[in-house]
Amino acid sequence: MSMIFGVPIAVLSGQLLLGLINGAFYALLSLGLAVIFGLLKIINFAHGAFYMLGALCTVVLFNTLGVNYWVALILAPLIVGVVGVLIEFFLLRKIANEDHIYSLLLTFGLALVIQGVLTNIYGVSGLRYPIPEVFRGGVNLGFMFLPYYRAWVIVAALVVCIGTWFMIEKTKLGSYLRAGTENSQLMQAFGINVPLLVSLTYGFGVMLAAFAGVLAAPIYSVTPVMGANILIIVFAVVVIGGMGSILGAVITGLAMGIIEGLTKVFYPEASSTVIFLVMVLVLLVRPSGLFGKEA
Amino acid sequence: MKIMKKLLSAAIASTIIATTAQAAISDNEIRIGYLADMSGTYRDLAGPNGLVALQMAVEDVGGQVNGANIRVVSADDRNSPDVASSTVRQWVENDGVDMVAGLVASSVTIAATRILEQSNRLGIVSGSAASSITNEHCTPNHIHYVYDTYPLANGTAQAVVQEGGDSWFILTADYAFGHALEGDVEKVVTANGGTVVQKVRHPFPTGDFSSFILQAQSSGAKVVALANAGSDTTNAITTAGEFGLTQSGQTLAALLLFLTDVHALGVQAAQGIQLTTGWYWDMDDDARAWSDRFMQRTGVRPTMVHAGIYSSTVHYLNAVKEAGTDEAQAVRQQMMNTPINDMFAKGGYIREDGRMVHDMYLAQVKTPAESKDEWDLYKIVRTIPGDEAYRPLSESQCKLVNN
Repeated sequence: MSMIFGVPIAVLSGQLLLGLINGAFYALLSLGLAVIFGLLKIINFAHGAFYMLGALCTVVLFNTLGVNYWVALILAPLIVGVVGVLIEFFLLRKIANEDHIYSLLLTFGLALVIQGVLTNIYGVSGLRYPIPEVFRGGVNLGFMFLPYYRAWVIVAALVVCIGTWFMIEKTKLGSYLRAGTENSQLMQAFGINVPLLVSLTYGFGVMLAAFAGVLAAPIYSVTPVMGANILIIVFAVVVIGGMGSILGAVITGLAMGIIEGLTKVFYPEASSTVIFLVMVLVLLVRPSGLFGKEA
Repeated sequence: MKIMKKLLSAAIASTIIATTAQAAISDNEIRIGYLADMSGTYRDLAGPNGLVALQMAVEDVGGQVNGANIRVVSADDRNSPDVASSTVRQWVENDGVDMVAGLVASSVTIAATRILEQSNRLGIVSGSAASSITNEHCTPNHIHYVYDTYPLANGTAQAVVQEGGDSWFILTADYAFGHALEGDVEKVVTANGGTVVQKVRHPFPTGDFSSFILQAQSSGAKVVALANAGSDTTNAITTAGEFGLTQSGQTLAALLLFLTDVHALGVQAAQGIQLTTGWYWDMDDDARAWSDRFMQRTGVRPTMVHAGIYSSTVHYLNAVKEAGTDEAQAVRQQMMNTPINDMFAKGGYIREDGRMVHDMYLAQVKTPAESKDEWDLYKIVRTIPGDEAYRPLSESQCKLVNN
């Protein structure tokens, strides 16, 4: 068997694929962050909490009402999205004209409150959610066993990422959005309801996080603290990609998944640090991130 | 001359008064600090319910000892040795805390016990696993009560090797506890004629285990051992199931599983897993009776850590009563002199290195058919006598043991 640095190529291809799947989660989450920051200039530290709410909502809907996976895939992001819109309307709007640090602190505080309250109710041992019937089992690719569900994760995440990019960069709605955040008074004068647009954009970013949460529910322990662990990584991804760059967030998310995956083979102890190392290097060379516009 | 005599006797008298004051209970209050992970990965196995167990112990001895009230304070260590150090320092220096209970993550415990040694207060470790806590990290100021990695390796690893699992892949949580468990397991595996094919250390905590499970599959080892705890273990077991690890003929050995982990996994996913535990709520009448009281207060069944916190606190408070003081060395000596016979242990005793030696149990997770309710999870396969389970003093590197 041919080897690279003492690791068989077959093993390496498996790890690359798994890295890509993890990267799909990072991409989905950083996409939501990038949309919210790029369009609203809100540093959304509650993003991890919304991801967790998406997953928790899926489990609770299933356990109490027997809602199946496919319905939850739509319903859970909608419910969490509404929560997001309410938070924007009642809280974030009040500090919209203040410095970024205010939105950062507010959302961070909110995340801690949500997480703390739910930890009291559900504990941290993790709630169970079965993998949907159609995705049980997997296929042997020769170099690895690929569970069907993981394959579905990457397809679903990519479709949503590309769809979001298309909507914001290529459609009329997207152009309103971008224009509204650039010069809201002018847009108001054209008869466009900018505050509504802002609420909906925030809600949409939150829905993306919740969608990632639903995708995560069957394969990761669903606990109220699951979002806290992933949030910092996702922020690093957004910083590497360039704050607010949508394409940057998606591509960097996938790339970081792969880099992390490879680190898990060659030097597993560093796998939780490697992304931050990349972040430091990128900030030294390109302070506005790989895909960010120079300020 | 007369004046000198008077002065001398006054000096002697005041020394006697000072020593008796020292021998009595400091601040006329027994202050217990409960330090544990209250919000993170290890919350459920000890956490807020451990505080309930501690309070039950305080209530059961009547809320006071020799006329001194018992006061309990608590803090979240957030699994950080730094947070633990500063909290314990504050407790000792400003709040006059006499004993620190709980103590879960091994790295937290090692940091906390160092400060307890400097300030001569007592620590009773109920949550931590690392056997190094009473080996190279032993101090005259703490007691390790519930279990450690030595019997975990001894119980589970030995059973698995004897069933034919002779080649091992060990997946280790990359901190003090994981390293201790990995070392102890490796010793047991090689001593029983097995080999360790590969060892991989993962960051604590890790969210996604697929990469490590894939490495385990390609290692070709017969046994995949998890030297981690809490959500790391449950995540790894779930992922192993998803990637068909056991279907392809490999055996999964979880070296540290708590009742709350098995409850979270469910008997469907966890059935048949062998594990070593220091206590099980359904193991005898005393354990059941206490568990019922605990469940009324918390709504859940206690883990071995919860039971250990209760038992060790009662033992501590009784020792304070007998010794007539809360000075750490006197109390520790009194605790060592008294055997432990309660709902937690029968014939348990504390050695000079601080290890509480008691019987351990090899358990197996029940099948869905065997399990009568959501907490009916284990059947006890074998009792491992205490002296066989724990590291013998002859192998000890503890500075308190003369070898």
